[in-house]
Amino acid sequence: MTPRVRAAIPLLERLAADLDASFEELVAGHQQPLFAFVTGLCGDPGRAEEVVQDAFVRAHRALRGYPAERILDLALRPWLFRIALNALRTSLRSRGPHLVLVDSPPESADPAPGPEADALRGEQREGLVRALASIPAEQRAAVLLRHAHDLGYPQIAEVQGRPVGTVKSDVHRGLEALRRRMGAEVEA
Amino acid sequence: MGEDVVEAGLRDLGRRPAPETLLPAVLGRLGLGYWYAPAESPLGTVLVAHGPAGVVAVRWGESPEAFEAWVRERIGHTVRPAERLPERLAAVVEAGLRGRGRDVRCDLGGLSDFHRDVLEATRTIPLGEVRTYGWVAREIGRPGAVRAVGTALGHNPIPLVIPCHRVVQGDWRLGNYSGDGGPDSKRRVLAAEGVDPGELEALARSRVRFHGSDTTRIFCVPTCRHARRATEAHRVTFGSEAAARAAGYRPCKVCRPAAAA
Repeated sequence: MTPRVRAAIPLLERLAADLDASFEELVAGHQQPLFAFVTGLCGDPGRAEEVVQDAFVRAHRALRGYPAERILDLALRPWLFRIALNALRTSLRSRGPHLVLVDSPPESADPAPGPEADALRGEQREGLVRALASIPAEQRAAVLLRHAHDLGYPQIAEVQGRPVGTVKSDVHRGLEALRRRMGAEVEA
Repeated sequence: MGEDVVEAGLRDLGRRPAPETLLPAVLGRLGLGYWYAPAESPLGTVLVAHGPAGVVAVRWGESPEAFEAWVRERIGHTVRPAERLPERLAAVVEAGLRGRGRDVRCDLGGLSDFHRDVLEATRTIPLGEVRTYGWVAREIGRPGAVRAVGTALGHNPIPLVIPCHRVVQGDWRLGNYSGDGGPDSKRRVLAAEGVDPGELEALARSRVRFHGSDTTRIFCVPTCRHARRATEAHRVTFGSEAAARAAGYRPCKVCRPAAAA
């Protein structure tokens, strides 16, 4: 199959037809949001890299066992977020549940608005990372999925395996808590 | 501090780039993806690319960047450098580069059926022997496609392991070689396999195409291990298949010097 012919067929179809030949593309297409999500959850990019590796290994194992119809029906993004969430839980269980806040501000994807503004945003981002660490884990995950990754409430409910109503109220409460924390930091 | 700061901050966190080490690490853990590493051959160090379905390319005499570009063009996947071949593969590939290529799993995906047939037939030529382009054409059931066989072997993506160097011209002159270094490389590889290139050229000069044995009345390609077993005293030479058949000789069933009549 030439690269052009391959690209014309949707990824899920290719995963169902030849998992090993197309899995690299799945990783390439989803590693960024998964890594950002897990880093946001645990505050530790080093651990996040391991956890996301684990998540992709789990995803590969799962896909290997799925019949083609099940693969074709997958909502890939929520499914992968869910696996990443579970992989993080396993990691926290086996290597200690404490959050390690060694996070440093990520490099912004936006064009730099000048050194001064950059430093300010960097500080704000560090504040946000600290604020995230202070809210309950499920709220943190719900807020990140909604506002960092743009998932809808039904999708978040699917990722977390919780009712939509609960997810909604967690997003609102989490966001409120973050605003309070950020406000308090700025005033302090 | 308004809500915009928090929401914009969250959006920013969502854009954090993944480390470049993540993808290769995942592929490595799953044994997936395409990788390449150096390996030693009779022609010195070569680069060997492999993927889930086996070896995809062997090349030498070019930069790693040019090698990567060539492989990507051939298979449509990115190929990544590794320090060495995976242990399981290394021993098989190094033996393959030294003439025992039949044990090496080769991924010939993306090639035409004809191209693949030519390469598969070439893989059956034993170590220490040579055949002609015409022989390969006959073996794959396309006796008229001698020139196309030459072209296909000129584009052998896995030289040394797939021994295109064992295919020579109809009169036993060595002919061209796809690998870097051309006919000189072909001589060196054949010599390393115990074939005497000078002897082949002597056959070409004396217009000998086949060797026969007057005890068995069978004729062979001169490098066939059965032909070499016949003692000098019993060896007869033929300039053509017709001459051998006219003398009452039949073709060897092992080296198949001509289509069985």
